[in-house]
Amino acid sequence: MEKQVILNSKHLELTLKRLSHELIESHNDFSDTVLVGLQPRGIHVVSQLKKQLEIILGKEIICGNLDITFFRDDFRRREKPLIPSITNIDFSLENKKVVLVDDVLYTGRTIRAGLDALLTFGRPSKVELLVLIDRRFRRDLPIQADYVGKMVDSLISERVSVEWEEIEGEDKIVLYTKDSNE
Amino acid sequence: MNNLSVDHLTGIKDLSKEDIDLIFKTADSFKEVINRPIKKVPSLRDITIANIFFENSTRTKLSFELAEKRLSADILNFSASGSSVKKGETLIDTVNNILSMKVDMVVMRHPNPGAALFLSQKVNAKIINAGDGTHEHPTQALLDAYSIREKLGAVQGKKVVIVGDILHSRVALSNIYCLQKLGAEVMVCGPTTLIPKDIHLLNVKISHNLREALEWCDVANMLRIQSERQEISYFPSLREYSMQFGLNKEILNSLSKEIVVMHPGPINRGVEITSDVADSKQSIILNQVENGVAIRMAVIYLLAAKIDR
Repeated sequence: MEKQVILNSKHLELTLKRLSHELIESHNDFSDTVLVGLQPRGIHVVSQLKKQLEIILGKEIICGNLDITFFRDDFRRREKPLIPSITNIDFSLENKKVVLVDDVLYTGRTIRAGLDALLTFGRPSKVELLVLIDRRFRRDLPIQADYVGKMVDSLISERVSVEWEEIEGEDKIVLYTKDSNE
Repeated sequence: MNNLSVDHLTGIKDLSKEDIDLIFKTADSFKEVINRPIKKVPSLRDITIANIFFENSTRTKLSFELAEKRLSADILNFSASGSSVKKGETLIDTVNNILSMKVDMVVMRHPNPGAALFLSQKVNAKIINAGDGTHEHPTQALLDAYSIREKLGAVQGKKVVIVGDILHSRVALSNIYCLQKLGAEVMVCGPTTLIPKDIHLLNVKISHNLREALEWCDVANMLRIQSERQEISYFPSLREYSMQFGLNKEILNSLSKEIVVMHPGPINRGVEITSDVADSKQSIILNQVENGVAIRMAVIYLLAAKIDR
């Protein structure tokens, strides 16, 4: 497995800062806006953004975690059942602006499920999508992000992994390529 | 571990501790789902489930039905009264006729012990036992243990006494298996005539004195007297039973510690439990009913994942 670092920890931090400023441009002081991270990996992006936004705005940003397991379209199409993670949205989404957050946008199927899952908590006035990495040209569904950390052109055989200090030991984004002899 | 080791839920006896932990973990997520403004998920959109009840039921039937609807399954309801069973049709014929309408899963309650196991060997559908005679009632035991875990933080190491008609109770047997697999200690308590004579083989403590049993336990699960299964008299009168084995506020308050009170329902108020106890803060009877839906959603979801496409 070959490994290529797309963003190191310094560039990742800069990217998160830039995304935070882009969010503030559209959402001002976040009085009507909440961030919702998709389980299992989007929640780390949310906690990083929350940290940045709270430094800049000097107020608490409302955030939640959303699990999409029961809304996926591949139940019974896999060997094993899909086991859910925790959903934690203890506020109403009615008439709120929601920024859905995930680490990598690939086929778009996760986001499709995320939109369905989100609507079980009420009717938001607007939903936007923020992703750290957009693997463009690989979409199965007509879904695009409003805020993108970095566009990546990659093959199906490749894998993009967003890694965090508290889990993998270092903040970085890596592109894994299968060796030709594997 | 993210797959059940069994293809049908006929009894707790066949489940491993890992299976039960997986069901509980999945139920945690469903409990969160059923407290959302929109309490429905689309997972089982292409699954049809038949609820076949050859015996009366209120809670279990409603709970299964609600669990199936919350998972978006299509459902068929069938009860023996008013059906062709009365015209002499056999169990397998009845079920196969229902299955030819393309049903993927059967939830069945039947008065004969072993009926669910028998069916699982004979027909091509996932079977969930919703009570088979005096044998097992697995989803009740799962929701009871889940409710203990929720109230006390864990089941491991807890002491649970099951009080009442152990002889005729499928809830008691399933509870004993389930609690022991999760590492709890179990005691049964009741009049000698209502305790099965070989129950010590299941490694449970036995008591015939309610106060002694309650002093020992952390949780008391009060069972109903199953008059419909009793052909002879097992005790002189309900009044005498109630005086010796009924749980009232006076006994509860005189104990050296606060215990949790459970009841699988239906309650016979004033017989095995008085109203002030059933409605007290120590009682988790209504939590059990709420958890029942989440547990049944988890069981159905995990078994449905094993249906071939």
